[in-house]
Amino acid sequence: MTVAILRWRDERRDMAVKTVKKTSKKAVEKRRICFTVNGQPYELEEGSGAHQVDPAHTLAHTLRETLGLTGTKVSCDHGACGACTVLMDEKAVLSCTILTVECDGKGIITIEGLGDPRARKLDPLQQAFIDHTAFQCGFCTPGIIMSTKALLHENPSPTEEEVKEALSGHFCRCISHYQVIKAVMAASKGVR
Amino acid sequence: MANAYRYIGKATPRKDATEIVTGGAKYLNDIKLPNMIYGKVLRSPHPHALIKRVDKSKAERLNGVEAILTWEDVPDWRGGTPRCTRVLDHKVRYVGDAVALVAATREEIATEALHLINVEYELLPAVFDMEEALKPVAPQLYDEFPGNVVTPGVPFFGPKSLREVVMGDMEKGFAEADVITEGTFGYENIPNPIPAEPPGAIALWEEPNKVTLWVSNQASYMDKVTLFHAMGRKVEVRTIGGPCGGSFGSKFMSWQVQCYAALLSKATGKPVKLIFTKEEHMAAFTLRPASRMKARVGMKKDGTVTAVSGKWLIDTGYYSMTTQSQVAVGCGEVQIMVRCANWDLKSVIVCTNRNASGIVRGFGGQELKCTLIPLLSLAMEKLDIDPFQFLKKNYVKPGDGYFWRDGIWYTYRGVDYTKAMEEGAERFGWKEKWMGWLKPTAVDGTQRRGIGVGVHGNADVGEDASEAYVRLHPDGTAMLYSCVTEHGTGQPSNFVKMVAEVLQIPMERISLTPSDSMINPYEFGPAGSRGTYAIGSAVITAAEDAKKNLFEIIAPLLEAKPSDLDTVDGFIFVKSHPEKKLPWKAMGVNRTCLGYGRFEPDYTLSNCMMTFVEVEVDTETGNVTLLRVVNATDVGQIIDPHGLEGQLNGCLGSAGIDSALFEEMILDRCTGHMLNANLIDYKWRTFSQLPVIDNVALETPFASHRFHAVGVGEMTTSPGPSAVLMAVSNAVGTWLHEYPVTPERVLKALGKVAKGGAA
Repeated sequence: MTVAILRWRDERRDMAVKTVKKTSKKAVEKRRICFTVNGQPYELEEGSGAHQVDPAHTLAHTLRETLGLTGTKVSCDHGACGACTVLMDEKAVLSCTILTVECDGKGIITIEGLGDPRARKLDPLQQAFIDHTAFQCGFCTPGIIMSTKALLHENPSPTEEEVKEALSGHFCRCISHYQVIKAVMAASKGVR
Repeated sequence: MANAYRYIGKATPRKDATEIVTGGAKYLNDIKLPNMIYGKVLRSPHPHALIKRVDKSKAERLNGVEAILTWEDVPDWRGGTPRCTRVLDHKVRYVGDAVALVAATREEIATEALHLINVEYELLPAVFDMEEALKPVAPQLYDEFPGNVVTPGVPFFGPKSLREVVMGDMEKGFAEADVITEGTFGYENIPNPIPAEPPGAIALWEEPNKVTLWVSNQASYMDKVTLFHAMGRKVEVRTIGGPCGGSFGSKFMSWQVQCYAALLSKATGKPVKLIFTKEEHMAAFTLRPASRMKARVGMKKDGTVTAVSGKWLIDTGYYSMTTQSQVAVGCGEVQIMVRCANWDLKSVIVCTNRNASGIVRGFGGQELKCTLIPLLSLAMEKLDIDPFQFLKKNYVKPGDGYFWRDGIWYTYRGVDYTKAMEEGAERFGWKEKWMGWLKPTAVDGTQRRGIGVGVHGNADVGEDASEAYVRLHPDGTAMLYSCVTEHGTGQPSNFVKMVAEVLQIPMERISLTPSDSMINPYEFGPAGSRGTYAIGSAVITAAEDAKKNLFEIIAPLLEAKPSDLDTVDGFIFVKSHPEKKLPWKAMGVNRTCLGYGRFEPDYTLSNCMMTFVEVEVDTETGNVTLLRVVNATDVGQIIDPHGLEGQLNGCLGSAGIDSALFEEMILDRCTGHMLNANLIDYKWRTFSQLPVIDNVALETPFASHRFHAVGVGEMTTSPGPSAVLMAVSNAVGTWLHEYPVTPERVLKALGKVAKGGAA
């Protein structure tokens, strides 16, 4: 199964590389990828330089290495553990299985974009995680919070079963699941 | 239980909570240094081979490659116990063993370079089973370990370090028994702790002999100590720890990845980051030791164990760093679990051609008990003894004793856990559910329910030394110097809480130094549930010492004796005349006030965890569902209820209870490859498969430190696996003795599939 996922990603990577080669023959100007991250617009050039987007870069890589948004974590890099989850046009996606060149025109929200960072105001969901100590080592927490955010957007008053289902793709080795569920249920009550 | 404390026992937010929920916590891979380059490891595809030739010329020509190192290029740095494993060797001993190290300006270039290195191997026969490895004809992994038997003993534990349990009179013991059972039992599925964050390191070498390492470890000070020895005691090592994305023991020993980064930095003069991929993490980092024991036990009708004899084989994989320590602690823990006068339990640590075993929660005791409890259960069945009553009766009681890891006899002076066990049994409904051995609790068509119980405890709650400083500032704030990292237990926040309670200032006014070995005193680190008692004692003593020193400065100003003073919220006052008070500022704005605390090891206290489980077995499909878990313990005093709950719930993951249900690494015993070294093929419990967990934590004061607490986090994984085996056996009415209880094994036990056949 892993092999299949990786092959799928690698095939898209190869396709992306081919597209770039074709484009670069036709046009002198390099292709640009435009998207917003946490409301801020970015225009990134394709290429292999430090601030460019290589066709092989995943969104997780671009967020972390190019834009310095290290709140998004990479654990398995195989699309299996949910650590790298971000919102793309309000849907939870695994940023390690998406190529950045595919993100043109998209709106991305990462953990850094929740609440109002400038006013140092947390999202109520983040506050609920603090109040319930819904984490132990905390490495999987940003991904879990982002999936929860997507869930509450679609379904502001989920049942416990719906929360479990929505988070079933998240690997939490410390077993903070029970406290996460409490935090999410408390936050969703706040929404109600 | 209500208490008079202001902070202890109250639910308080973790000090790092905001950073965690905003993504601001800087884990190792989030750190970027100027001019940093990236390291990768070329790994062996063969389980056992000599490296005849390495051609790195093609790789060296790749643009961006800065260094390629093989065994011929590096100093003779060695790890292992004893130190026989070279950081890079001319011989590879498992699939995944390091052959070459590459540093390049970008990670992708380093990866590409790995493919351009040409290695010529001379293949050697390999061995993957411990009993095979012990045969005279077996392939030999090391010249230093004839017969593949790893030298027993742990120098760090002293000259008498425990390697066996031998006492009493075996003949007499077995003669006194009403029943004797024997057999061979294993816990060999080598489950993998797999913290979410992969292992890694960042190193910056400074000529001629200094290295700074950014590490991800639960015990960052000990990295400095381990590396000092691994690097031939010639290098000045500084380690800087940060948030650790899970360890469960495993990252305590990260000397190899740290040495790789250090060697590449030494070769290039640049900071080098080297982070393992998840596949490397799972197939080339440490696993649980595999355990197999041929043993014999004697038992009386009243549940008294009269004799235990056995030969405990431990497969440590291709080398051992800590397996001897795990044997020592495991031998101690088994005596805490089973009071018995006559023992002849010997151990042999064997190396085989798979990746190494290392530290995982449960540290030896989990492995030993998972093999011993099934044997004890056979005797209990013959005598019709209730396992809950048996475990309760035989667990260490005040006044009993045990040989601990240093080979010294200690008399237990902690609380009697009977009450905690009984409350756990009541919460679980043990009495109502126990129908007798191999009898289900309930049957509904093809669904059969069964229950089981296990117990574990260790005297490592007081292991090893800790030191701390507490510095008071004139503005009414304080700083705790303790080389601890946050690896999930919440203990750094708990230490701040202890300081807050001693100094009577809010936790927000206390900061914690970065876990940098250059600024902090010695700290063994949170391990073996020692955080609460051992580290806590050092921290408390440091805070008390600082307070005492402050009172000595202030006493003349208040015309009182230091012993007449107290402090609350940054004011010092005379206890008999509280209106006579001064702020901490009175110490002088041009000074600080320092306190020092040290904890000396104490092995006379032990913690305890009893775990009850209920399972449902589908006799048609063989599927086992864990329905309910009750953990029962006595912690003396809860420090942080949320943190404790998280640690107790942790019984499921990190190679714990689920190692009896579905967690295992699948080793291809022909090729030596790990077949499921990824998070899809390695099965783990998801949010939608959670059993109900109830935690019973009593608070009977311990004679530990001023808050009368002991830690329990480390060993919550340990009592569960054997309890699951017991529960499934009871549910289906026949013994299952292999971990994990896969559907195939269940169906085999029920006679529904042929031996060796698939379901």
